[in-house]
Amino acid sequence: MSGKDQADALVEQVVAAHDRHSPLSIVGSGSKAFYGHATPGETLSVTGHTGIVNHEPTELVLTARAGTPLAEIEAALAEQGQQLPFEPPHFSGLGTLGGAIAAGLAGPARPYAGSVRDMVLGLRLINGQGELMRFGGEVMKNVAGYDVARLNVGALGTLGVITEVSLKVLPAPASTATLALEIPASECHPRTEAWLRSGRPVSAVAHDGERLYLRLSGTTSAVADAVSDIGGEPLPESTARAFWQSLRDQTHPFFDPSAEPLWRLSLPPGADLTPFGTPSLIEWAGQQLWVRERADAHAIREAATAAGGSATLFRGELPNVSVFHPLDAVKMRLHQSLKAAFDPRGILNAGRLYPMLEAA
Amino acid sequence: MPAHAMFRPEDIRFEVDVDPLIAELTRVLPDEGLIVHEAGRRAYECDGLSAYKQLPLLVAVPETIEQVQTVLRLCHEAGVPVVSRGSGTSLSGGSLPHPQGLLLAMGKFNRIHDIDADRRIARVDPGVRNLAISEAAAPYGLYYAPDPSSQIACSIGGNVGENAGGVHCLKYGLTVHNVLELTVVTMEGELTTIGSEALDAPGLDLLALMHGSEGMLGVIVEVKVQLLPHPLTKAVLMASFDNVEHGGHAVAGIIARGIIPGGLEMMDGAAIQAAEDFVHAGYDTDAAAILICELDGSEAEVADQMTAVQDCLREHGATRIQVAEDDEAKARFWAGRKAAFPAVGRISADYYCMDGTIPRKQLAYVLRRISELSAEQGLETVNVFHAGDGNLHPLILFDGNKPGQLEAAETLGSEILQLCVEVGGTVTGEHGVGVEKINEMCVQFATSEIEQFHAIKQAFDPAGLLNPGKAIPTLNRCAEFGRLHVHNGELPHPELERL
Repeated sequence: MSGKDQADALVEQVVAAHDRHSPLSIVGSGSKAFYGHATPGETLSVTGHTGIVNHEPTELVLTARAGTPLAEIEAALAEQGQQLPFEPPHFSGLGTLGGAIAAGLAGPARPYAGSVRDMVLGLRLINGQGELMRFGGEVMKNVAGYDVARLNVGALGTLGVITEVSLKVLPAPASTATLALEIPASECHPRTEAWLRSGRPVSAVAHDGERLYLRLSGTTSAVADAVSDIGGEPLPESTARAFWQSLRDQTHPFFDPSAEPLWRLSLPPGADLTPFGTPSLIEWAGQQLWVRERADAHAIREAATAAGGSATLFRGELPNVSVFHPLDAVKMRLHQSLKAAFDPRGILNAGRLYPMLEAA
Repeated sequence: MPAHAMFRPEDIRFEVDVDPLIAELTRVLPDEGLIVHEAGRRAYECDGLSAYKQLPLLVAVPETIEQVQTVLRLCHEAGVPVVSRGSGTSLSGGSLPHPQGLLLAMGKFNRIHDIDADRRIARVDPGVRNLAISEAAAPYGLYYAPDPSSQIACSIGGNVGENAGGVHCLKYGLTVHNVLELTVVTMEGELTTIGSEALDAPGLDLLALMHGSEGMLGVIVEVKVQLLPHPLTKAVLMASFDNVEHGGHAVAGIIARGIIPGGLEMMDGAAIQAAEDFVHAGYDTDAAAILICELDGSEAEVADQMTAVQDCLREHGATRIQVAEDDEAKARFWAGRKAAFPAVGRISADYYCMDGTIPRKQLAYVLRRISELSAEQGLETVNVFHAGDGNLHPLILFDGNKPGQLEAAETLGSEILQLCVEVGGTVTGEHGVGVEKINEMCVQFATSEIEQFHAIKQAFDPAGLLNPGKAIPTLNRCAEFGRLHVHNGELPHPELERL
């Protein structure tokens, strides 16, 4: 298969930085540079380390190097009628596999198809001492050793440099349709539950403050039955695809970058969304809420905690506000000790997740 | 008992002064909460892997989270190892007691606190049986998807510890995909929650790390699981093949058509015969392999998929296809597969159930090699497996009363696991490593990887008191086993002295 293996050079750079005690800032395409705290240090670029290493369509597995563009992976999968079920955001369109895994962000299908980590089967990782290691593998079931592969999803490169990832991939649905419905936002959760329980192949539910958008994906007759029974306005295919992509990549007008800061709230099912103010954009049938109002950070975090969820300052900065939701003392200690276990000199993406991790 | 598989000197390095500990624990655990006498402790000396037995130093049977915290804190202060145990159904010796340690029996944590039907979340104690969750959820039209074969007995806390699977896992995932939140006590006795009711939680994914960690990172005291709506329709069909390879290709063909069945299981000729003799399910005993396929979803989906699957099975040379006409027939088709283990128990004095996973395309080669390796050891092997995800469960038949047969069975088991690694698979799919496969971990992982596992363990449990001697081998053990994974022909860390 194609691509370029630069693992040795990446290992060398990490070993040199480890020996010098000097920090490294791991960079792919930079499509998610806005996400997380700023990271000091020399750039460690993964973009040259590319290529699909293995794709076995009948095994539902794809393995690729971290610098491989998501677009290239999705195109290769599409040729075989397959897809990445978690719909990773591409943002600028340049996103790489390594960045998608390190950020752990998933698109509109997440509640119905699974998260990024749900699809990770294995990976290769360079720890802070420059050791290249392999965890997990290319098979669906694997409980040998601790699940380091899934632990690294969303770790933002703080535990190691991801060099290669094996993913569970799934067949693309035979049919997809999107309906726009005149249903209030508060109905997102109960309506979605009713659809799911009546066997409707729900694959995304969003609300833009005016209308509810329902995507259905499945076998041809299952989608056709659902469309005729549920009603609403069916969107033309290209309009529908553009709409879901605009949510996934945050190009929808709601995400106008001049209107920062942008909060992401991750909430339990059926949570009351009213305490979070407006305007907002609702995804995941109410479990992912985007709030753009320049509200009191403390109030947002309190409300998220009270609801049993969390609040991330997704884009933009606010003085003295941590990007990520605070952890309790026990979890923070575990985070610090885990960071030390992977990267004892604290050289990898220092402070990007929680600046306090380096305090251990 | 094979000496190589049990505790090594570094695993039993603890200096335990038991009398003061007993005095303190007695105050915390009234009545029957602390078992000191040998007769009482004897009941806990093994789990589902009964070839390995070890009497624990003490057994604690706490009833409250506060008691668990206090027991752990006291053991931490006294430097006493702790092994937690649920229903004791582990097939890899994961809850085998430690000779110097306290066994924390979580059996009294058996309440289902809440079935939140609207939000499809169940909040349960770790000692609740897997199947009991689905039974409690059934009146609401809901169920808990992961269904290990032992689900009638195994506890949910143990399922998390082993990241258990089952027939439904290809489509609905393992335990890790279906658990939302854990409440955990650290070895120091501190309480925290990991994960959340939301679809993600801030920080590192400790929830994923806890799954399959075999009780070595913390003690689980509460579990919140995701429930799913019952599928509206299920269809079950069974296809016969005159060789296993055709069956393997049929599995690949179904998936290539974009169909993910709810269950996709295969049995070889010996397993078919044993199961048929036991349950009379109407299995095709002339077949070299049968494939049982369950499709679920809405009526429209299932109808679409039934047609496609049958076409595919015929294309791949199925010699006979049977479709279950009613619920009774569906249950009968599954009965033989689900009873395969006891069915084999009737034809052999003893059997040893292995667990390894391979890339599915290697199936025919692996089955051929298993039969060759079996012949070399003079033993028979019966194969049932989760065909959809490549998870093999070879059952090695032996007679423990015949000298040398247990050892031969163990040798064969080890060879099969090494074969799984050789073809790109893994030494354990869903049973865990425990003490059973700890040597084979040395085959699958390089020194640096094993050291990284130890560093993770140390991050959670610096004194190494939780379930010592399990799951992650020491480098001394690997050196003794004589198997270190060699990358690119180079021994990792050649500078290190090997024993």
